[in-house]
Amino acid sequence: MEILLAIMIGVLYAAGIYMMFRRSLVKLIIGIILLGNGANLLIFLLGRLVKGKPPIIAEGSKYLSEAYADPVPQALILTAIVISFGLQAFAIVLIKRTYKVVKTEDLDQINTFDEFE
Amino acid sequence: MVLLGKWVKTVLWWLPMVLPAGLFVYFLSLGTATQSLSYDWLPQLGVRLSLHLDGLSRLFVLLITGIGALVFAYTSSYLKGHAYLDRFYGYLSLFMGAMIGLVLSENLISLFVFWELTSISSFFLIGFNNDQSASRKSALTALIITGMGGLSLLAAGILLGYVGDTYSIIELTQSADYLRAHPQYSLAVLLIFGAAFTKSAQFPFHFWLPGAMKAPTPVSTYLHSATMVKAGVYLLLRFTPVLGGTELWQSSLLWVGGITMLYAAFHSIFRTDMKAILAYSTIAALGVLVFLIGMGSNSALQAAGVFILVHALYKATLFLITGIVDHETHSRNVLQLAGLRKVLLPVAIAGLLAAVSNAGIPPSFGFIGKDLMYEAALHHGAGAWVLLGALILTNVLLLYAGFLVGIKPFIGPLPEKHAHLHWPSAWMWVPPVLLGVLSLGFGLWPVAASRLSEVFLPALGLQPPPALKLWHGFNLILGLSAATIGSGLLLWFLLKPGEKGLARLQKLAWLSPERLLGGFARGVGMFSVVWTNLFQHGYLRYYVMTIVLVLSAGMGYRMFNNYTWQTSFTPLLNLTVYEVSIVAIMLISIGFAVFSKSRLAAVAGLGVVGYAICLLFVFYSAPDLAMTQFTVDTLTVILFVLVLYRLPKYMQISNKLTIARDGLVALTFGGLVTLLALLVLEQPVQRDVADFYAANAYLLAKGKNVVNVILVDFRGLDTLVEITVLSIAALGVFGLLKLRLKTTERRG
Amino acid sequence: MKSIILRTASNYLLPLLLLFSVFVLLRGHYLPGGGFIGGLVASIAFVLHAFAHGLRKAQRYFPIHPGFLMPIGLTLSLLSGFLPILIGDQAFLTGLWMADPLPVIGMVGTALFFDLGVYIVVVGVTLTIIFTISETA
Repeated sequence: MEILLAIMIGVLYAAGIYMMFRRSLVKLIIGIILLGNGANLLIFLLGRLVKGKPPIIAEGSKYLSEAYADPVPQALILTAIVISFGLQAFAIVLIKRTYKVVKTEDLDQINTFDEFE
Repeated sequence: MVLLGKWVKTVLWWLPMVLPAGLFVYFLSLGTATQSLSYDWLPQLGVRLSLHLDGLSRLFVLLITGIGALVFAYTSSYLKGHAYLDRFYGYLSLFMGAMIGLVLSENLISLFVFWELTSISSFFLIGFNNDQSASRKSALTALIITGMGGLSLLAAGILLGYVGDTYSIIELTQSADYLRAHPQYSLAVLLIFGAAFTKSAQFPFHFWLPGAMKAPTPVSTYLHSATMVKAGVYLLLRFTPVLGGTELWQSSLLWVGGITMLYAAFHSIFRTDMKAILAYSTIAALGVLVFLIGMGSNSALQAAGVFILVHALYKATLFLITGIVDHETHSRNVLQLAGLRKVLLPVAIAGLLAAVSNAGIPPSFGFIGKDLMYEAALHHGAGAWVLLGALILTNVLLLYAGFLVGIKPFIGPLPEKHAHLHWPSAWMWVPPVLLGVLSLGFGLWPVAASRLSEVFLPALGLQPPPALKLWHGFNLILGLSAATIGSGLLLWFLLKPGEKGLARLQKLAWLSPERLLGGFARGVGMFSVVWTNLFQHGYLRYYVMTIVLVLSAGMGYRMFNNYTWQTSFTPLLNLTVYEVSIVAIMLISIGFAVFSKSRLAAVAGLGVVGYAICLLFVFYSAPDLAMTQFTVDTLTVILFVLVLYRLPKYMQISNKLTIARDGLVALTFGGLVTLLALLVLEQPVQRDVADFYAANAYLLAKGKNVVNVILVDFRGLDTLVEITVLSIAALGVFGLLKLRLKTTERRG
Repeated sequence: MKSIILRTASNYLLPLLLLFSVFVLLRGHYLPGGGFIGGLVASIAFVLHAFAHGLRKAQRYFPIHPGFLMPIGLTLSLLSGFLPILIGDQAFLTGLWMADPLPVIGMVGTALFFDLGVYIVVVGVTLTIIFTISETA
């Protein structure tokens, strides 16, 4: 599964970057989201995959038993997911606002618009 | 403070001049004894703010504050009603303070700091008329040249501090012999020269000074007669006991000073603008000073000290009368000005006195200065006649230049259009007259100036000189003086000022250092335009592409060059059905997100990718992540749908070639990331941090969900910052959508 | 969107989901859950309600703009961090706990208040974003 997941992550990265190369603002943001998902999964994978052992201390015990999933990447990813939600919301609203002002979502046209200001 | 500025422009116009005048009286009252004052500033680096007042500093301090007081007084009338008069006084006071600090500093580092302060404040003063592009350009040129000198001074200071193990100039003087024998000596001397020559406008760095004439006349007066440009001369004098006395020091100064004085004196006689004449004659005078320091003998240094005072007095006078003439007639062209004595009598008297002192005609103070100069050159030994010849030639040319400014505008018939002129306010004509009278007074009663010159040489570690005298009897020097004055007067009657000479000189202008610097600057400018256009093209996707390509190249190089592959993937290959199906679902939905022509389908695909990841988290022991991913994904899709609803359809803009290129770059990077993941997976896992949290989550933080414990307890500060960032993002969204569009945007 | 089924269902779903979100928040220290997840669940409850009954109805549940929840939550989290400094002269964000668990809520300590602050901020942030966008859409 690890190999499969590693390939999956590569595909997510490739898809995200490909979308960021496009001229459309919406595609740019889809690309950023895909890239973010890829990064989250990469961190998760590198913390090693463990099946059915969440990092939760069992009833009556005072610490985790030997084989458990690494809680550190999980905490990192949780933070990343929530923060990227803030980023995505802001980016989406930015598209909306940009479109309202310049009436295009073509990044190149926004570029030239800049010069006429 | 703002109110104060307003008052200075109206009621309290006399207030600024209290400062320099008070300082002048204070320094005068200190007497002639050497005084020191010292504070620790950066004791770890041996940097002290130590102020040291000796004969050399005293001469300069009195010039700075004395002429400063007159310039402040003059300005109050010259710039009366100017909108930025308060700002002007601010710059001028800053500059004066920096100059005083510069000549009082005994520590190399504080010397450098004050040196830079004078460069910066003079930048503001020269560029004071900042609505004129010529003014801005001149200010920038001056800043660049003197700034380069400042860097050179810093380097010299650090080098000397390193070699001599102290930043104190007095202590360096004590180890002067060791310094002169040190292998780094020549470098230190060259660096000091770099600072002094740029500041004192020596050839080939002289060209910023004529440009600096764009400043208001009080600034030119202050900067070029007594302060800024003399700082380089001051530096050379200050370092004479430390580094002087060697062949390198003396002959370089002789050459540079000699070339500068001849070059500039020759240039000055062909100018027609009064300020331009004064600019070149100032450069020539600075050249004379450097030349005298280059001679290095007791009498030469004595002559230099006296000439500093002589020059400050007459040059300030000439600048001030130029300002008055300009102010009253709105012209500075000596060809057009004539007969002004009839309407501006006190100004004419001041001009006459200054021109006489400049010419060295007895009984002016200039005569004493010239006497000393010739005497020093006569006793120089080898090559004495060459030095003497150069000095005489310079003085003849300077006499002519001084007459052009000080006498020419005031004699002859008065043109019709200037007949109605009246005397300017007393604040303007009294300062030049006062300085002119001083030029004469010091000549008649040299005892007054002797008080300064007596302590001047001991400050350089030399014997005190004989007292100054006006009359030495009939001797060779008197004959030389007479010859100088005679040839000067002859030149005055033979050579009529005109535009032709200047035109002839301009033909050689392309060779001048100024043009070379300009060309260099344009070259750098063109290069940076090309460079910037190459990398700062404004296309976001090419920025991203550059980053991705560089990253790929780096990663690829590292992976394929330094790594031996140990392929043993078989143990990792035990798949279950649901794992494979999740990956398949993800691949399909990624395909949808990327290639779909409908945006709604793309967003749906994105949502499915998120939910699939959520399932992965469920399978692999991350329930918290699964829940967060699920909720966030839902909200993101809702957001997208809410917004996309109103946006237009996708455009089809990319052609096949671009798609292929982008796809190749993206796939390469994706492949490298996959390889990276596999490589890391082969390494043994490090779980020290995880083990710490696992062991202590309950014991220290009383929590059993370790992930949550990390978030709210162990790394609580991170979470606190995170929710702050989230709030900022929400405020940004609110601001973007709720605040009204500005008019410009609405038009767009 | 305004189907009868959804409207009827959301009438029951709103209190249920809110209750669930508080439950998730409280048990977060022992079992999967916590402030982030709880806050997101609560937000989704309101968003669902807004879909079913319109924005105005959903906004009526808030006497003040949800944006004001952000400073409230931030202050709560910050104060729970400062509490150890004020009481126990301990470092910022040190966990302090009551000796015995309370009924229903469980163990009470500064970490719980910190998490509550996170919960409030997340609700404030999410609802500000969604409400603002829907209003101007």
